Amino acid sequence: MFRWARLWLICLSILGHSALANDYSSALNELGRTATAAELSAWDIDVRPDFVGLPSGSGSVEEGEALWLDQCANCHGDFGDSNEVFSPIVLGNITEDDIQTGRVAALTDPSVVRTTFMKVATLSTIWDYINRAMPWNAPKSLAVDEVYSLVAYLLNLAYIVDEDFVLSDKNMKDVQALMPNRNGMTEDHGLWSVTGVPDVVGSACITNCSVNTAITSFLPDYAMNAHGNLKDQMRDYGPLPGVQTAPAPQVSVSPQQSGSLDQRPDDLLSASGCKACHQMNKALVGPAFTAIRARYAGADASVYLADKIKQGGQGVWGSMPMPAMAQLDDTVVAALALWLASGQ
Amino acid sequence: MPVGVSDQEGRLRPAPESFLSEELISEISHRGVDKGRRNLLRGSFAAALAGASGLAFGDDPNIVNVPEWSRSLGKPVATNPYGQPSPFEANTVRRQSPGLTQTDQASVAFTPLQNLFGCITPSGLHFERHHQGWVDIDPRRHRLMINGLVKEPLVFTVADLLRMPSVSRMHFLECGANTALEWGNSAVPTVQYTHGMLSGSEWTGVPLSLLLERAGYDRDASYLLAEGADGSGMTRTINLAGALEDAIVAYGQNGEMLRPEQGYPLRLVVPGVQGVSWVKWLRRLEVGNKPYATKDEASHYVDLMPNGQLRQYTAIQEAKSVITAPSGGQKLLSQGYYCITGLAWSGRGAVRKVEVSVDGGRNWQGARLEGQVSSKMLTRFNFDWVWRGEPALLQSRVSDDTGYIQPQRAALVAERGTRSIYHNNAIQTWRVSPSGEVDNVQVG
Repeated sequence: MFRWARLWLICLSILGHSALANDYSSALNELGRTATAAELSAWDIDVRPDFVGLPSGSGSVEEGEALWLDQCANCHGDFGDSNEVFSPIVLGNITEDDIQTGRVAALTDPSVVRTTFMKVATLSTIWDYINRAMPWNAPKSLAVDEVYSLVAYLLNLAYIVDEDFVLSDKNMKDVQALMPNRNGMTEDHGLWSVTGVPDVVGSACITNCSVNTAITSFLPDYAMNAHGNLKDQMRDYGPLPGVQTAPAPQVSVSPQQSGSLDQRPDDLLSASGCKACHQMNKALVGPAFTAIRARYAGADASVYLADKIKQGGQGVWGSMPMPAMAQLDDTVVAALALWLASGQ
Repeated sequence: MPVGVSDQEGRLRPAPESFLSEELISEISHRGVDKGRRNLLRGSFAAALAGASGLAFGDDPNIVNVPEWSRSLGKPVATNPYGQPSPFEANTVRRQSPGLTQTDQASVAFTPLQNLFGCITPSGLHFERHHQGWVDIDPRRHRLMINGLVKEPLVFTVADLLRMPSVSRMHFLECGANTALEWGNSAVPTVQYTHGMLSGSEWTGVPLSLLLERAGYDRDASYLLAEGADGSGMTRTINLAGALEDAIVAYGQNGEMLRPEQGYPLRLVVPGVQGVSWVKWLRRLEVGNKPYATKDEASHYVDLMPNGQLRQYTAIQEAKSVITAPSGGQKLLSQGYYCITGLAWSGRGAVRKVEVSVDGGRNWQGARLEGQVSSKMLTRFNFDWVWRGEPALLQSRVSDDTGYIQPQRAALVAERGTRSIYHNNAIQTWRVSPSGEVDNVQVG
């Protein structure tokens, strides 16, 4: 009787364990739920190099140009050639030969600035990126046909298609066959997988190694302070204090340009996100701070400007909309507006 | 700086004409000599005499005078509910490299490696690299979707993921472009800017394999697309086989939730792989059978070779090490003992050994590996060194457990040229001048 009971207990405990294990994994499967079709189509927006995921639609070079000048040129330049904010998209370094061979020859020339169209091998990349991330300050705001038209305009700037071209989901594959650097990528390297074979391995030499210890490069004295006073970047009481580098060079600014440059609340401008679109002396996505100052100089415009910051707007400085900065604290907005209007 | 403290704290100044601290001189010139300052002056004279004779030390005013913190009531608990570093550590902050980028949203702020210890990077000092700014996401409104080649496409809430079995693992995170500025020549002055797109953290979250199993992923699939919920909708193609081994859908970093700059509330952790693949604000994972050629693996994060070809889908961060102190922009306070210290790591596994050279790579000696050595994690190394004022060229060299040895810069450049931007894991050289000043140089 006793033996039977013991055996029974052992069986029970084995059963118990397996039952528990089953409970645990099936209970885990209760977490999360099936994604709905609408959810999948809302989020599954990626477009692959073989154009899986590409929505149907079309857009012309002409439509793209208008849209480009309106929403993109401020950062990228009218012809996609600006280096002011981002790397240039096109610069005219692509030849007829490149389009024939699918290899951009200028990539071997160190004097040539690398542009997007010199590098990118896959047209899907351009479409997908504009669709998901552009414009800079209003991502995912473009309609499908608008994305097609912008890609068409860029293809025209890169001399890949003519100015009367209309790009659509039907002819993306044909254009892909013209991408100037379509054969320029290689996956022949050891960095995709953890077991990949390295291309360069160091020496294990321990003593009297034959190495050239001549100094080939160092920072000249005048550059030592380019990152600010290094003394202020090291722990200042330890065994290794920072080197006192020369005081920062004074940037000379002419009075007309300056506004109240010395009074600009740099931290506030950065923290509030203003500098994503505005610079001091130059129009970027939005107008220069000095230009705003110039327009409203002499007027007590701080209340108006505070409202503009808070509400956003469009049309005063062009068609690029200024997003409402409703998340900013009222006192911050007031300080920014006062400084914009009066330099105080 | 308080009275009685100089930047040579702990060292007595040998020359009698420079024994008064600047602070004390300024105090006396402004307020005259009262009793307290007279005592400090006396102490300073005594100290200077002791330093000059080398025989005895004067009385340290920091010892013989009771400091204010010893004779006052301290601050109450929860004064800083989260906690703050000491105000005396204000130099230890993330910094941008001036002129590197034109906007602060597509930019980098570097980790101050020169001031840090051990192998954990404080979360607030973890380098920042954003492509279209960082965002504050409400975790109650955040979702993770798994789709593509799966039996059942799934959606998880953050609460679902917090409820699931979790793992906590230590891993380094290095931007593929770390040390990119140094391919052509010495370009930046300190280790913060040469190597500061690097961090080590404990990451907590749900193993990716568990989530993909739950979705019933296709066993023939070999790629994973990870996508962020930020404006840039960052997307990267991940090696699925590698990710099934050790990737984590993480919500925790160093014991707390992720910082917003690090992807709060979810980021993909892909150990050993360059930082751009650790997609922040993670919203979607798609299982696929082809790579995706997203913007940051088709236009950027492609490595240009001298023949004009671009290496695409370069992911693994090969073994690399750097001496963090003494390092560029620092100054050896005086001759004598120094502990040369630094970090070593490998995206292919664990650090096996680190060697240090003080003569530009001619002769090497083993360094001590401190603490636990973990796979695909920073390892701290230390090396005892006595400096007697001679010029020196400091280097470190790591070997990992695959047998790989970190290359000299010249060898790397001979193969890849100087225009590949990414994956520069060359040996770093710091030059120590007889004055004690350390600067960033290249040899070859």
